[in-house]
Amino acid sequence: MTRMLIIGAGPAGIRAAETLVAVGLRPQIVDEGERAGGQIYRRPPPGFTRPPRALYGSEADKAAALHRTFDGLVRDGQVDHHPRATVFALSDGVAHIVQEGTVRRIAYDRLILATGASDRLAPVPGWQAPGVYSLGAMQIALKAQGVALGRELVLAGSGPLLTLVAHQLRKAGANVAAVLDTAPLSSQAAGGAQMALARPRVTLRGLAVRAGLGRLYHPGATLERIEADADGPTALHWRDAAGRARVSSCDAVALGWHLRAETHLADLAGARFEWSPIWHQWLPVTDAMGRAGDGLYLAGDGLRLLGADGAEIAGRLAATACLRDMSLPAPNPGKDLRQLARMAWFAKGVARAFPWPADMVRNLPGETMLCRCEGVTVADARSALALAGPEANRLKALARVGMGRCQGRYCQLAGAEIVADETRRAPCETGRLRAQPPVRPVPVSAFLQADPDI
Amino acid sequence: MRPAAGRFVRVAETETRPRLTLSFDGETVGALEGDTVLTALLTARRSLRKAEFGPERRAGFCLMGACQDCWVWQEDGVRLQACRTPVREGMRLRSRAPDSWPDTGAERPS
Ligand code: FES
Repeated sequence: MTRMLIIGAGPAGIRAAETLVAVGLRPQIVDEGERAGGQIYRRPPPGFTRPPRALYGSEADKAAALHRTFDGLVRDGQVDHHPRATVFALSDGVAHIVQEGTVRRIAYDRLILATGASDRLAPVPGWQAPGVYSLGAMQIALKAQGVALGRELVLAGSGPLLTLVAHQLRKAGANVAAVLDTAPLSSQAAGGAQMALARPRVTLRGLAVRAGLGRLYHPGATLERIEADADGPTALHWRDAAGRARVSSCDAVALGWHLRAETHLADLAGARFEWSPIWHQWLPVTDAMGRAGDGLYLAGDGLRLLGADGAEIAGRLAATACLRDMSLPAPNPGKDLRQLARMAWFAKGVARAFPWPADMVRNLPGETMLCRCEGVTVADARSALALAGPEANRLKALARVGMGRCQGRYCQLAGAEIVADETRRAPCETGRLRAQPPVRPVPVSAFLQADPDI
Repeated sequence: MRPAAGRFVRVAETETRPRLTLSFDGETVGALEGDTVLTALLTARRSLRKAEFGPERRAGFCLMGACQDCWVWQEDGVRLQACRTPVREGMRLRSRAPDSWPDTGAERPS
């Protein structure tokens, strides 16, 4: 029987698994989470008591349905679920996995990648202080652990997550001091009109959440620096849309500019990439169904940032493509393709409404940390360019931008912006950082206990 | 003046979960079952360890296993990713490498 492997058990991975199971296949599904659901529909550990409505708000029914589907597949032995397992390399039809401190290998004939996304980060002077987090981190902490990451929180950046997380934190009783959106009202209006046409209800819900933040919410903000002492942030300095200097005191800061697709494994699996001017990042190239190559399928936010609803559809489509390629009975994708087109139209509106802060990054003072992992500054990167030339992988080799433990996840795009600025070219002409295995650090001890599992 | 207490604040799920204890740099830290190591340590402390490449301290960043900011040491010398590891009763953790390890100077407190 064909060996099917799905990586990621979020909305896309779960719907892909369900679609394969429906024709009698038994996929393996590897996921980093303790319990399936992904990030947006992440489930708290056993023993936590908040109901889905408290955790997922208006999306509670979707979250519950997804969890129920997956738990059913596992209970009936229709999928082989490997939780708390990280894929760190892919080569010649073998996934290399670290699980519970041991390296394992799973061989596959066909691969569906549903690896999701994480926050798209831009540096802010002082962001290396302890107590500065990604926006996603704030949400995960609240949902999966019931904690706020500080006593006085400032949330800054842009994107739907910014206002949503602020709303969720306040509802839970956390103290949000300010919500600073770098997107000006003009871009929000332009993108918002497109969003409203594609998905009016979702757009209205977003506007209501924002309105609920009242005077805490500041569009068109410019972030200047995070003031910190040895203990962590004490204030965020910023300018409002009218250019007035403002200071918000805080003991924790969350940053994020919409999302960045998690594409390291797609890269190792051989997907081709293109710069997306819409999402301002490199994204894998597939056909409409998610085919990226021979036996390779991509779905969800790791392919296009369409959100959880789009991910469920894309997961079904990728599995459908896979079934067709195996000449097995497959569902008719017509309706899913039409719906996905609407999601894409909406998502493009989102991208337009909440853009990447290119000018802010280009104007960062030289002493700003570009790489949080290894403390490489903007000035270090700029001066290395004379030797490296305008190419991201050479800059990585010479100045270690993208070499650190996060493997460029949080500095790649800011790095591209700096190279573009310094060498007067477009970010898409600065080269794409190639993923290198291991895409996550693996302790050497895990290899010593390797289990020949093929 | 800032409170000397931990960085994280519990805002939900505090009622029904059993209490556990672990040790961090030899001191006892209380936790609740279902906490990650990161939650347990940072509801009691301000940071996890010193940064390897700068003077600042570190306290995690992404909470989803992507940034690798949250590694702490176990007493047997194996490191673990605090944001993805659930606490277990009696865990013995440290902010730096065990004293028996060769001193690289990198992870020692200043
Ligand atoms: S906080 Fe980022 S990996 Fe744990």
